[in-house]
Amino acid sequence: MNPIAHSPHAHAPASIGKVMATVLLALVPATLFGFWLYGWPAVNLWAVALIAAIAGEAFVVRMQGRKVRTVIMDGSGILTAWLLALSLPPYAPWWIAVLGSLFAVIIGKQVFGGLGQNVFNPAMAARVMLLISFPLEMTTWVAPSQAPGLLESLRITFLSQPIDGMASASLLGHVKTEFTRGIGLDQALVGYYTPMDMLWGSRAGSLGETAAVLLLIGGLFLIARRIITWHAPFAMLLGVAVPALLFNAIDANHYAGPMVHLLSGGLMLGAFFIVTDPVTSPNTALGQFIFGLGCGMLTWIIRTWGGYPEGVAFAVLLMNAATPIIDQYVKPRIYGRDRKGVALVVKKEL
Amino acid sequence: MKLFDLKGGVHPEGKKNLSAERRIRALPLPKKLYVPMQQHIGAPAAPVVNVGDHVFKGQLIASAQGNVSAAVHAPTSGAITALGDHVAPHPSGLPVPTITLESDGKDEWCAIQGCEQPLELAAEEIAARVGAAGIVGLGGATFPSALKLNVSRGVQTLIMNGGECEPYLTCDDRIMRERAVEIVEGILLIARAVDAKKILVGIEDNKPEAIEAMQAAAQGTAVKVVTMPSMYPMGSEKQIIQVLTGLEVPAGGRPADIGVLVHNVATAFAVQQAIRYGKPLISRIVTVSGGAIKTACNVEALVGTPVQELIDFADGYVQPASRLVLGGPMMGQQFTNTNVPVVKGSSGVLALMTTEIGQSEASPCIRCSTCVRACPVGLLPLEMAAHIRAADLTGAVALGLKDCIACGSCSYVCPAHIPLVHFFNYAKGDLAAQERSKLKQEATKKLADARLERIARIERERAEAAARRKAAREAKERAAKEAAAKAAEEAV
Repeated sequence: MNPIAHSPHAHAPASIGKVMATVLLALVPATLFGFWLYGWPAVNLWAVALIAAIAGEAFVVRMQGRKVRTVIMDGSGILTAWLLALSLPPYAPWWIAVLGSLFAVIIGKQVFGGLGQNVFNPAMAARVMLLISFPLEMTTWVAPSQAPGLLESLRITFLSQPIDGMASASLLGHVKTEFTRGIGLDQALVGYYTPMDMLWGSRAGSLGETAAVLLLIGGLFLIARRIITWHAPFAMLLGVAVPALLFNAIDANHYAGPMVHLLSGGLMLGAFFIVTDPVTSPNTALGQFIFGLGCGMLTWIIRTWGGYPEGVAFAVLLMNAATPIIDQYVKPRIYGRDRKGVALVVKKEL
Repeated sequence: MKLFDLKGGVHPEGKKNLSAERRIRALPLPKKLYVPMQQHIGAPAAPVVNVGDHVFKGQLIASAQGNVSAAVHAPTSGAITALGDHVAPHPSGLPVPTITLESDGKDEWCAIQGCEQPLELAAEEIAARVGAAGIVGLGGATFPSALKLNVSRGVQTLIMNGGECEPYLTCDDRIMRERAVEIVEGILLIARAVDAKKILVGIEDNKPEAIEAMQAAAQGTAVKVVTMPSMYPMGSEKQIIQVLTGLEVPAGGRPADIGVLVHNVATAFAVQQAIRYGKPLISRIVTVSGGAIKTACNVEALVGTPVQELIDFADGYVQPASRLVLGGPMMGQQFTNTNVPVVKGSSGVLALMTTEIGQSEASPCIRCSTCVRACPVGLLPLEMAAHIRAADLTGAVALGLKDCIACGSCSYVCPAHIPLVHFFNYAKGDLAAQERSKLKQEATKKLADARLERIARIERERAEAAARRKAAREAKERAAKEAAAKAAEEAV
């Protein structure tokens, strides 16, 4: 190191590795719940995703002639793969996880220049790529509380052998299908929407997106540790809840209420762990609020009128593209200047 | 009193307990003192003594040059042994013009003249005496105090800065605890010099003893002691104004523009000493601290004392220091040569260990915006650094580079350990160099244009003169011819 260093000669005990580790820690409860809920196939999928991401990132970093160890140890690749795994159907085949992870860390991140340089959230970019390319595998859900043995789980993950009687639909998917059959919400929700199950996460859905309460606890932990702020998550929930409330009041049979929206799909995971991704979100509190609000409203619009039952990933990518514009227009006011950057004028006292 | 919010700010570990309970002790008289000519913002002072001269303590040895400058006085009695270069208290360690004084051990004062009734002096007289005493801002900015008094006459509010928000430093804490009565008299003198209506002393709440001592000393005067929350950079001029008055200094302006003057509490002590006793500024309180120092302490050191003597006085190192710093850890400067002298602006001498510095290699920016939240000015440090990295100074200026106060809060909190404030100071230096070279170019162009014009003018004048001469010659010839013709005619 240079023998002469510039001030400050004191630094807060923080590092990128610690930030990533804290986020991973916050994900542990929801992940363990997903493992418990969907059994061994979920564990397999998660492990495959992580291994593929580490191996893929190590390979490209080595090709770039950079230090592999530093890049892997910053934990960002692991976090990306972890988030991707949580957003996959738990019984998805292994190659979905491998393809997704490689796409996320290589195309989604390293191609842009590595950590901090990517425009789009890598996990969401990978999820959208998978959803568009492999719609069947990406929308095959299972009802919770089935317990395939370890051996059986290996067959599910690695040989793509689905087991009869396991397939189920997610709430949002089910509602969308019922609408096409002309069935309203009053009937569609029966047996599918039990608020307590939704809250605790005992429902069909992606590996780690169902446990609303555990994700909320993880998110609050991150807010308490000052890793994230409340702005983006709160705004995203608001962006979904407000239109849901309005339209539900207008036509309850056609528009689901705010609680249905808040507790279903990937909203909780998205609000606390995806829209809070610092790299792809704006850098001021107000900017983050606008970004979160946009993510929420787009999610609601896609869920309500779009072709796909779930819209979190699409909404996030669209708002990622808007981040530079938000940053351009939303800047903090500088001391001694007004909002436009013009120096304050001294008021002459009489 | 209602306080206003400070935007951003950080909470570095205070570490003040290392030295806060150590009374100020006078350092033994050093054998040799190295007194630099530049210990202030502005033009360096010019020596008025010669090698071999004997000087008394407090005698003027270098006079202020121009408007922005400060006089320098002999810290003790003795002989001038050199007028030359000595290593600067600056990271570069480059030599700077310095007067070397060899102490005769007698510490004999020159004839000094105080004032029995200082509070009856006229404002101009106070400012003049402050200037003659060579007083500069002791909070670290070292701006000549007399000039500040002269441009601030008629301000509404005088704010005395007892924030001392830098970790480790306890020099202001100790001086407020031990010399509160003198400080209050100094504050009243400053207030009289600028005719201030309201006098506030802002002290951070991590110094309860200092607050108590100052409150006791201020009893029955117009001085009001205000407790402020402990937060860095509370003691920065712009920030303490914001917290105590809710006002902001306009960009590019001065506190006087909004009717405020800020002085450090230690400066008030120096003012009181100068006016009541006629003693010029020749010593200051310095905190010697840091994890590598054996016995952290607060010392009153003569200006020009080599830093090594302070470290020795603190019983040396308990283990090898990883970094030596002059000033506080947030804005202080690293030095390597312990022969550097204590100057008027030296608030601390720190010997830090690697664990205290907590610096590691920079990793990529993840745009976490922790720096944005920490910036007390409302800047976007991450964006500014990105522009500077890409050599886009214009872009960085548009984002507010010139408003940066270099407090280091962003670098302190950055989880990626990016030396943000280093980028900004580098860019500011580059910008200043660019502006200087632009001025130089403009001056050169003006001179070149003037030269071309001069050459053209000379040629034009020469041509005109030649034309005039030719015309005169022709006229003469014609006249001669005509005369000859006339003569011939007459002859005929």
